Amino acid sequence: MAEAKKSWFDNVRSSYVWKSIFRHEYQDTYRNRVLQVSSNVFLHLHPTKIRRHALRLRFTWCMGGTTFLLFLILTITGIILMFYYRPTGEYAYHDMKYLQFDVPFGMIMRNMHRWSAHAMVIAVWLHMFRVFMTGSYKAPREFNWVIGVNLLVMTLMLSFTGYLLPWDQLSIWAVTVGTNMGRATPMLGAEGPFADLVGVNARYDARALLTAGRLVGPATLLRFYVLHCIFIPVIASILMIVHFWRVRKDGGISGPL
Amino acid sequence: MAGANKDDGTNPEAHIWKIAPTRRDLMGFIGWGGVLTGIGLGSAAFLRMLYPRVLFEPPTMFKLGKPNDYSPNAVSDKWIKAYRFWLIRFSDRFIAVSAICTHLGCTPRYLTSEDKFKCPCHGSGYRGMNSGWKVIATNFEGPAPRPMERLKITMAEDGQLQVDKSITYRIEKDQASNPGAFLPYA
Repeated sequence: MAEAKKSWFDNVRSSYVWKSIFRHEYQDTYRNRVLQVSSNVFLHLHPTKIRRHALRLRFTWCMGGTTFLLFLILTITGIILMFYYRPTGEYAYHDMKYLQFDVPFGMIMRNMHRWSAHAMVIAVWLHMFRVFMTGSYKAPREFNWVIGVNLLVMTLMLSFTGYLLPWDQLSIWAVTVGTNMGRATPMLGAEGPFADLVGVNARYDARALLTAGRLVGPATLLRFYVLHCIFIPVIASILMIVHFWRVRKDGGISGPL
Repeated sequence: MAGANKDDGTNPEAHIWKIAPTRRDLMGFIGWGGVLTGIGLGSAAFLRMLYPRVLFEPPTMFKLGKPNDYSPNAVSDKWIKAYRFWLIRFSDRFIAVSAICTHLGCTPRYLTSEDKFKCPCHGSGYRGMNSGWKVIATNFEGPAPRPMERLKITMAEDGQLQVDKSITYRIEKDQASNPGAFLPYA
């Protein structure tokens, strides 16, 4: 009885190094498939099985998933843009132009980032609309809707803070208008009702918190940069984790109650 | 079972910390109290950290030349681009009106032929020269909620007009006659 000759690849796969990295083989049994998924940190974030109703695109529109995909694209393109962008009044506009015209693939990175941002806002509204129309906010899913609304606010804030970073006329005036609206908040804004009650003034109010001073200037740019790249993404990530976890524990997206 | 979770001493399953706190409860209270105090103080400190004590913003006091450089009974937009205000000379005084629309912060324009200020962003309209020194720049149409602010105007030692953008006056708060809100000059 002759044994099949072992190829070089089989030798690699039975080596000590290989077995230390890949603990399970590829037997097509249910047990082995589950073992492979549950022992891999990247795979184990996904469910081992997906229910058939999760694939009903006419029902789900896949807008939640699309929003998340766009978030990942924005994170990756954003990190790439960070290699060349300096958030100072002196360099911001220049670096944006430099990325567009002098950095290889800079144009497509910047454009993908901008387009994905607009698309993410649209997708998140469509997702919200779909969840409402299919009644997927009803008991026991009410709190997930609340988390979703907070995620919507985070998306809009990411959009707002990111808009300032090119530091062109559109950016500065849009942020001037937006932060001036904060000035009219009751109790927190210097020009809103009850401002004297709380003691807020033009130097210390909700608007000054955003603009880091009295006017939209270099300090505002730096503050918006930190908000845009770290602060809000961290909060949004935590909320997303809870949001997706709740869907998973309810049996997958849009499952029957 | 009704009252199963009451901790008034009738439920044998409940913890009786309200009636007879133990040393363990005290340590727990101190521990959690410490954690919450730490988080609270940390949040307050973070919030205060976001308001720097010193701001590095452009200077706010400017000299504008001699009074007779400006024609009487006219609105001068000579300094709009550089410092964002109109220098308005009446027959008996000067006032400086800040060119910031009180709606959302755009820069309005003075229309001489129609004698009013109009904001290009959302159409706010403010009174012109004919309304007099007390009423000029008061909002009368569009979304602006209040009149445009006035800036402190004084005479420097060398005889030049001087404006300080950081000190503002609001005529809707009856500050139009405050010293500094206008400069008498005949």
